[in-house]
Amino acid sequence: MPSSLAGDLTDPEMTQPYMKKDDDEEEIEYSPFFGIEKGAVLQEARAFHDPQLDARRCSQVITKLLYLLNQGETFTKVEATEVFFAVTKLFQSKDAGLRRLVYLMIKELSPSSDEVIIVTSSLMKDMNSKTDMYRANAIRVLCRIIDGTLLTQIERYLKQAIVDKNPVIASASLVSGIHLLQENPEIVKRWSNEVQEAVQSRAALVQFHGLALLHQIRQNDRLAISKMVSGLTKGSVRSHLAQCLLIRYTSQVIRESTMNTQNGDRPFFDYLESCLRHKSEMVILEAARKIAEMDVTSRELAPAVTVLQLFLTSSKPVLRFAAVRTLNKVAMTRPLAVTNCNVDLESLMSDQNRSIATLAITTLLKTGNESSVDRLMKQITNFMSDITDEFKIVVVEAIRSLCLKFPLKHRSMMNFLSNSLREEGGFEYKKAIVDSIVTIISEIPDAKEIGLLYLCEFIEDCEFTYLSSQILHLLGNEGPRTSDPSRYIRYIYNRVILENATVRASAVSTLAKFGALVDALKPRIFVLLRRCLFDTDDEVRDRATLYLQTLDGEGAVGNTEKDVKEFLFGSLDVPLANLEASLRTYEPSEEPFDISFVSREVKSQPLHEKKAPGKKQLAGAPTPVPVSAVDAYQKMLSSIPEFSGFGKLFKSSEPVELTEAETEYAVNVVKHIYKGHIVLQYNCTNTIPEQLLENVIVYVDATDAEEFSEVCSKPLRSLPYDSPGQIFVAFEKPEHIPAAGKFSNVLKFIVKEVDISTGEVDEDGVEDEYQIEDLEIVSADYMLRVAVSNFRNAWEDMDPESERVDEYGLGVRESLAEAVSAVISILGMQPCEGTEVVPKNARSHACLLSGVFIGDVKVLVRLSFGLSGPKEVAMKLAVRSDDPQVSEKIHEIVASG
Amino acid sequence: MGEFSKESCPSVKSILILDSEGKRVAVKYFSDDWSTNASKLTFEKSVFTKTLKTNARSEAEITLFDGYIVVYKFVQDLHFFVVAGDDENELIIANVLQGFSDSVGLLLRGDVEKRTALENLDLILLCIDEIIDGGIILETDANIIAGKVATNAADGSAPFSEQTISQALATAREHLARSLLK
Repeated sequence: MPSSLAGDLTDPEMTQPYMKKDDDEEEIEYSPFFGIEKGAVLQEARAFHDPQLDARRCSQVITKLLYLLNQGETFTKVEATEVFFAVTKLFQSKDAGLRRLVYLMIKELSPSSDEVIIVTSSLMKDMNSKTDMYRANAIRVLCRIIDGTLLTQIERYLKQAIVDKNPVIASASLVSGIHLLQENPEIVKRWSNEVQEAVQSRAALVQFHGLALLHQIRQNDRLAISKMVSGLTKGSVRSHLAQCLLIRYTSQVIRESTMNTQNGDRPFFDYLESCLRHKSEMVILEAARKIAEMDVTSRELAPAVTVLQLFLTSSKPVLRFAAVRTLNKVAMTRPLAVTNCNVDLESLMSDQNRSIATLAITTLLKTGNESSVDRLMKQITNFMSDITDEFKIVVVEAIRSLCLKFPLKHRSMMNFLSNSLREEGGFEYKKAIVDSIVTIISEIPDAKEIGLLYLCEFIEDCEFTYLSSQILHLLGNEGPRTSDPSRYIRYIYNRVILENATVRASAVSTLAKFGALVDALKPRIFVLLRRCLFDTDDEVRDRATLYLQTLDGEGAVGNTEKDVKEFLFGSLDVPLANLEASLRTYEPSEEPFDISFVSREVKSQPLHEKKAPGKKQLAGAPTPVPVSAVDAYQKMLSSIPEFSGFGKLFKSSEPVELTEAETEYAVNVVKHIYKGHIVLQYNCTNTIPEQLLENVIVYVDATDAEEFSEVCSKPLRSLPYDSPGQIFVAFEKPEHIPAAGKFSNVLKFIVKEVDISTGEVDEDGVEDEYQIEDLEIVSADYMLRVAVSNFRNAWEDMDPESERVDEYGLGVRESLAEAVSAVISILGMQPCEGTEVVPKNARSHACLLSGVFIGDVKVLVRLSFGLSGPKEVAMKLAVRSDDPQVSEKIHEIVASG
Repeated sequence: MGEFSKESCPSVKSILILDSEGKRVAVKYFSDDWSTNASKLTFEKSVFTKTLKTNARSEAEITLFDGYIVVYKFVQDLHFFVVAGDDENELIIANVLQGFSDSVGLLLRGDVEKRTALENLDLILLCIDEIIDGGIILETDANIIAGKVATNAADGSAPFSEQTISQALATAREHLARSLLK
């Protein structure tokens, strides 16, 4: 038996509860901590204050404290402080084991900064002790608890420790450096020379920790990283872990540099390839995975796939898992590269480890051919119940893409999906299945009816309101156009009887859609809707009333049937957020709310909102809705008499900066577009406290904008320090024509000196002028970013005659994603259905855009991008719009952009 | 508790030893992903149930769930787990697990079971402290880890680095044989 400290925990006090065991139950398991209580242990901790320290006993008490913390027990602030002070007393003991536990305890207690001071000197003493083990541990503890100011005091010791000949000490200080870098980067960055020396160390782990720290120090300096990598890839890196790091950094350098593909000389890639022949599996895997993630040719990919294939037959589950997971990823984008592994993958389908088996099957689903589909489906069905939801989602997604690849096989796959819907599963899993069925329905017309029926069956017993509502909405859109719409009514009406209010309301809307679109069903639908008038929920009743009133042909006066349908079921062409904002600012008055005044501009989401998933918003907390900027502009501009005759404001641009940051005068411009005019709004700020500007005008030279002629200008009487003012200049332009042009601007004014102490202004002013940057009116300024809810329907509703298609070569681009976003910004249109996101490693991409062009012309664009050659991007552009001339105009914009 | 970008350094999110009923023996979390004790317990419960039926005795096993890679190994009535982000190199994590379970084996002189582990909880906690520092891998060689922990022990017993793994395993077998004969 090991003779350790805690082995003696069965001292008289502890055995007491243990003895009880026989009285209670025979079952109770022996534990040295049986019956332990926080209060009692805290009492015992008083032994730390004893002038004659009993090291063994103190160790036992600390172990008990650590046990409590480990079990999730928490100490109150007072208790923690008390324990901390007691523990600091233990530095008096020379016992090495006890000291080690003291270190651990201090880290667990994470003392506050005023408490830290008490142990600092003891820890610093240990840091300079003769015992290496003390030194390494004291460094780690100290670095964990100190702040910036204390750090500067011990910095000298840490720098020495980094190059200490004892690897344990060097590693301790390097790892501490990595942690410290988060809070105190400027201090740690000063250690680069020492860290660089550590990277050359003969000790494997020192090299690993040194490399990690050096990379973090230099991470924002691409050139330095590139140099570091090129130096190390030539030399020999001893540690396997360090080698893995180097592979990561190398692939990062390759990814960020576009240079070295040109001359065929790729030293970094050669290094990655050489790592595939390394003796450590860890290194091979890292290299193979990084190569697989890169945009490489099939020949370059092949060696990586080959080593992964060898791993598939390993006796170690972890290795098989790692290999099949990587191959699965490769198969998503390049299934052909993996087909060679099919035989090995097939044998993995019966792997003991279900995760491996699932990955193998889903990989096969991507690489296999049509004939093997049925067999694979059967295999999967056998073990779906054994795997976790994560893997089920992987399987479902694989099946969806397979179904799209082999549409003829949709029957068996839809069948599988519907069976899966009936099984147990969480929301994410069910959502993945429903999404897959919806995708398949929209892509494969043959699968539509059967798919809708499966979904109907699912909502009969669906616990997720969100999914039920989604499916009801889909039924309303697709159901009436099927061969036998009446078969769906029963499922929908059942929802009205059985579900919660949200689902009932959705079901009412769906019923109404059937009523509106299928005349034969109308009378029966009316009967059902009338029953809903007695619903307990007011939303449900309101909907039923609305639909009954509007659909009943006789009741609606002066409305043609088409208008009614458009009103009820047409997509709302204003973004919901804007509508909400406008409704909030609407004040009850004689004038009714007019939806046509709501801005149709889609506000792009501020990026930071998406990037903070960690901070969860409090449920129910109201999110502030910004008042639409266009509304505010419209209000302001129409109050200026000179502009009141320009009509309705079509679009206002984002402010464009015309000066560098931190100059004397800051100027930006907002472009307001009207049917036959534009108004330039210059927002000026005077940043010099000693100056007052008067009679400020912007002199605009429009010689490079032939179609524009200036009609009026509103100067600014005075511009005091730090209170922004606006200058307006208006131009006339041909109506509805998207005229483009370039304007050069000069700010002219009279400067007067201001005495800052008294605030007195000098009487005499000096005329002066200030050059600001040019601004351009481009075609995108005439395009509103307006989303459509269902692109496919909207596209089909448009006149095919208005369609204009052409192909363009975009030349060599940095990446497909870059080309896509460039075209989107040239057109200034709203990407639909998330198609602006280009999947990694994609070789082609389709992007859907919508917008409204000046003159209120609705425009829809389908873009298909493809990569030909290494970085050559080709694009096909198809436009439909309300006006064929506008379709042509869009092509002109792209051709000239 | 700092978190590092995966690009720069492989990191471990948590390291766990649970007993054969899923109860905590010793655990350490290095990530903010689990902020409360309740969330930790839930995580431990699901890790335990999801791996329970597998045979992770001769070779370490692996699974993926909740967006984490979990590499695990069972020794007698103890279940060892090392958890990392799902884009981590699985073999690096497996290496950590190997170092962890082997060094515990050395420290407990082959007698790897719940009761001994609890009796030597101080050694187990020190062992975890020597393997991972704030998520960063400090050491993975079982002999070195055990050596670092043991030289600190109060009773000055023989350093473990002199005892090889095969010796430790021999002791373990002997122990097992004895308990069977009882």
